Amino acid sequence: MIEQVTSSFSTENYWELFWLVRNSVITAGVLGLMGGIIGIFIMLRRSGLVVHGIAEISFAGAALFLLAGLDVVFGSAVGAVVAALLIGVLALRDKDTSGVTAVLMPFGLGLGIFFLHLYQGRTANRFGLLTGQIVGVDDVQTRTLVTGAVVIAAVLILIWRPLMFASVDPQLAAARGVNTNLLTIVFMVLLGGAVAMSVQVVGALLVLALLVVPSAAALKVARHPAAVVALSCTFATVSAVGGIMIAIMGTVPISPYITTISFLFYLVCLIVGWRQRRVRQRSAVQAGS
Amino acid sequence: MTAALSLNQASVRFGSRALWSEVNLALEAGEFLAVLGPNGAGKSTFLKVLLGLQRLTTGRAEVLGRPVRRGSAQVGYIPQHHNLEVETPLRAQDLVALGLEGHKYGIPWTSRKARARIEQLLGQVGAADYADRPVGLLSGGEQQRLRAAQALASNPALLLCDEPLHSLDLNHQRAITELIRSQAVERGSAVVFVTHEINPVIEHVDRVLYFARGGYRIGPVEEVMRSEVLTELYQSPVEVIEHKGRLVVMGEHAEGEHHND
Repeated sequence: MIEQVTSSFSTENYWELFWLVRNSVITAGVLGLMGGIIGIFIMLRRSGLVVHGIAEISFAGAALFLLAGLDVVFGSAVGAVVAALLIGVLALRDKDTSGVTAVLMPFGLGLGIFFLHLYQGRTANRFGLLTGQIVGVDDVQTRTLVTGAVVIAAVLILIWRPLMFASVDPQLAAARGVNTNLLTIVFMVLLGGAVAMSVQVVGALLVLALLVVPSAAALKVARHPAAVVALSCTFATVSAVGGIMIAIMGTVPISPYITTISFLFYLVCLIVGWRQRRVRQRSAVQAGS
Repeated sequence: MTAALSLNQASVRFGSRALWSEVNLALEAGEFLAVLGPNGAGKSTFLKVLLGLQRLTTGRAEVLGRPVRRGSAQVGYIPQHHNLEVETPLRAQDLVALGLEGHKYGIPWTSRKARARIEQLLGQVGAADYADRPVGLLSGGEQQRLRAAQALASNPALLLCDEPLHSLDLNHQRAITELIRSQAVERGSAVVFVTHEINPVIEHVDRVLYFARGGYRIGPVEEVMRSEVLTELYQSPVEVIEHKGRLVVMGEHAEGEHHND
């Protein structure tokens, strides 16, 4: 198996190949920056599973649009935003987003399978939406994805303080006049958009690698808000761009590289975090004695 | 002078059930009011009304002569202590900053003036030493000091405290109480202090508001915390025993509700 992977590697004409996928690299880089920011809030609001749920339900949207003869990519985006809104609204009352997600996810997937079954054409090549794809991001799509990512990142920065307040201490934020319910809905719409776009690069099954793992890693080692953002964005961008740069050398799809790189970041941060804590405990013991 | 807080014939009902009704109260600047009563008697709802998060069914509630309003800078709020997540990406000073400008939209930029104010607040609550430490790594008492700083950020005329001593050890209880008391004395804030246990704050309390069974009593400690008064309020025998300056409330309903929490 290893031989199968390594023998498929070729560094010949690397930069020519790289030039061919430049749109994907740009898109992945910008999505990484966006993912690094939104991921922090996903972690703070414990919405990791929600991301996965939205991604899987977006697949139902894609399948429906495929059946209706419409644009599959647009369909998955619609599916993601609708799913995110639905989860946000249903969970407003009891704040149990993961419960609501667990209920909606199988229903969405079931619908997706049903739509695919009804579809008469070939479906095999459409499954790029599940596992991600790199080639075939054209200039128009690149522009759309980059614009979308920049808009989402910008909105997140503009609502940063109230959203952080509402995520860290919802009770106090509400008492100080922050409309926490409105922020929840706004956040879910942004999350739906972010998932829809990330699906294009890493696929519905692996969106967590781009939106959650980098932030989870950053939160293990840093506490200064700016440092967490910087690290998280760096991890996400390096994973996404690095994954593409390695993937074009061989025949293995892009997503395993992205997931592996981001997991390695997490692993390193986990170990660094442990060591930080040990050092801190030791100095606390010394200070106490 | 306008009362820091005034309630006029204030009632809250949920459906046909009256939580409490016709509460009249005027709190002067610097006054310390302890709000007592069993669970479900309406203590939390009382705070929600003052925060503008719960509407009165009838009557009026005013802060400095103006109707209560959600997010008012005149009202500070210290919630019950709950531990912040270890991985919260905020330092102590960032948490206090949220109290000062966490409700503001726009580019999250902290001005030099705001920074100076945050530093001042950290000093005021004795948290200057750990201004740069991550909040998730602070002890319960340290986190609660930061919540006090958040509440004091806008220099409120009315300070609402929702069991701020809950799950803190005695030293921290004393420190937080002192902090709240000094705010009342030095800055003339009125304090509404909701608690299960009057003893940790008893020396600071000017008046007690005791909710039970849809009714209430208000007055100085020695007038409200008496066997016959509480017996009448609870409509069942309650005994208040004083022991070395501490009050113990005993009764079929009162006792369990005071200590089971």
